[in-house]
Amino acid sequence: MTQIIVVTSGKGGVGKTTSSAAIATGLALKGHKTVVVDFDIGLRNLDLIMGCERRVVYDFVNVINGEANLNQALIKDKRCPNLFVLPASQTRDKDALTKEGVGKVLDDLAKDFEFIICDSPAGIETGAMMALYFADVAIVTTNPEVSSVRDSDRILGMLQSKSKRAEEGLEPVKEYLLLTRYSPARVTTGEMLSVEDVEEILAIPLIGVIPESQAVLKASNSGVPVIMDQESDAGKAYSDSVDRLLGEELPLRFVTEQKKGFLKRIFGS
Amino acid sequence: MQTPSLELKGSSFTLSVLHINQLDLEKVTIELDGKLAIAPQFFLGAPLVVNLSRIKAADYNLAALKDLLISRQLVIVGITEAIDEIATQAKALGLANIKSGKQSNAQPQLPKTSKIVKQNVRSGQQIYAKNADLVIFGTVGNGAEVIADGSIHIYGNLRGKAMAGASGDKHAIIIARSLEAELVSIAGQYWLAENIQHNSTTKSGCVRLEGESLTIEALPL
Repeated sequence: MTQIIVVTSGKGGVGKTTSSAAIATGLALKGHKTVVVDFDIGLRNLDLIMGCERRVVYDFVNVINGEANLNQALIKDKRCPNLFVLPASQTRDKDALTKEGVGKVLDDLAKDFEFIICDSPAGIETGAMMALYFADVAIVTTNPEVSSVRDSDRILGMLQSKSKRAEEGLEPVKEYLLLTRYSPARVTTGEMLSVEDVEEILAIPLIGVIPESQAVLKASNSGVPVIMDQESDAGKAYSDSVDRLLGEELPLRFVTEQKKGFLKRIFGS
Repeated sequence: MQTPSLELKGSSFTLSVLHINQLDLEKVTIELDGKLAIAPQFFLGAPLVVNLSRIKAADYNLAALKDLLISRQLVIVGITEAIDEIATQAKALGLANIKSGKQSNAQPQLPKTSKIVKQNVRSGQQIYAKNADLVIFGTVGNGAEVIADGSIHIYGNLRGKAMAGASGDKHAIIIARSLEAELVSIAGQYWLAENIQHNSTTKSGCVRLEGESLTIEALPL
C-alpha cells in the first residue's frame, strides 16, 4: 500500500525542501522505493537540493498536460537506486496544477512506489492545497518561533478540512511535527521556543527535532541530501525521524545543550 | 441561469390604520371629511387598514364603509381586529384580514441545542454554533474563532477568539480550562488579551456579563 506523505508548513524557508529530500533519501536508503515530487511550480528547488538539476528534461506539469510520460520525467537518483525525483516546472505557475491532473499522476506513481513524498510550496494557495489534498500522512515542518508555529497551526486546520480524506470522511490525515533549525543553546537563553512549547501549542505527535547545523547549508549547496552526511548531527536527526516514520521508537537527540569541555571553553570551537 | 419569472419575498410596510369607533356611518363620514380637509394631499390614494376592534355588531355594513372610503380616494387594503362575522364580509368584498405585528404569532422559538467539536480548532478555522451552545474538547489556537449564540465551553486552552451570546443573549458565558484568549466577547461586550490579563489572576476561568461589563471568575478546579 503506497503512502502519500506531504511535507508542508505554511511558512516559507523553514526547511520543507531540505526535509523532503532528506526523508525521501532516508526511506530509499532503507530499501523502500520512493519518489519525491516537487509541487513548487515556478520556484523549482528540489532538483538543486537533490543534485539533479542538470538532468531535468521533462517536469511534473508536462506529465499532467500529457506532453511527456512519467518515465520520461522521473529522474533516477545516482546515489540510491530506490530513489526518484519528479521535478517541478520552472516556467509555469501553480495554476497549472489541477486536482484531476495531480490525482492521475499520483495514482500512476502509486503503482510503482511505496512512498510518494510531496514537497509542498509555502503558503495556503493552490500549490500547497494540491500538495496536501491527496496526502495520507503530513509532516508539518516548523521552526521554533511564533510565526512559523501559527502558520503550521493554520496548515493543520487545512489538513483537517480541505484534504481528500477530510472531504470524503475517511480516516483523517496522520499529522506529525518535524521541528527544524532547533538550537538548544538559544532555548536555554529563552530566545527560542522549546520542543515542549511547540508540542503544547500544535498538539500533534513529534517525529523529529533537527538541530540548526552548518551541515544543512553545505549539503544544500553541494546537492547532497543532508541525511547522507551521517557525520553531522542534522543527518543523524533526519535518520532518526525516518525510523520513527517507519514505526520505530527512538529517544530524541540533540535537544539539550552540550556542555563545552574545559579545553573547548579555553580555545573556543 | 434563467431568472425565474416571479419571486416570493417577505417584506414589511408601514400602513396607516383607520380606527372606526362607532356604528353610525354618517358621523364617521363627517369626521372623516374633516380630517381629510386638513391634509388632502397626504391622504390621497393612501393605503389604509381599517381597525374594527370597537365594532361588535355582526350586521355591520362593511360594504358601505368601503364605498365611503373609495369615494374619498382612499385605498382600503384590509381590515384588522374585526369580529368573525365582519371578517367573513371582508372576505366576500375582497379585503384582506390583516394581523398586526403584535398580534401575529411569533415564530416558535427553536429549542437551544449544543454543538460539540471533538478536536482542536486550528488557526484560521471558524466555528459557529447557531442557536446553540458550543462545547469544544480541545484547544482553540491563535487566530481561530469560535462563535455561539449560546455559551461556549472549552475543555482545552483558549488562545484564539471566543464570542458567546452572538445574537444578544446576555446570560451566555465562556468557560475555558486555560484562558489565554486574543478576544472574548459576550453579547457584543468584548475584552482583548490585555484586558483579560488585567482582570484575571487565574488560569482557568468563566467569563460572563455583569450589568454592562465583563467579569472573569475562577473555576473551582
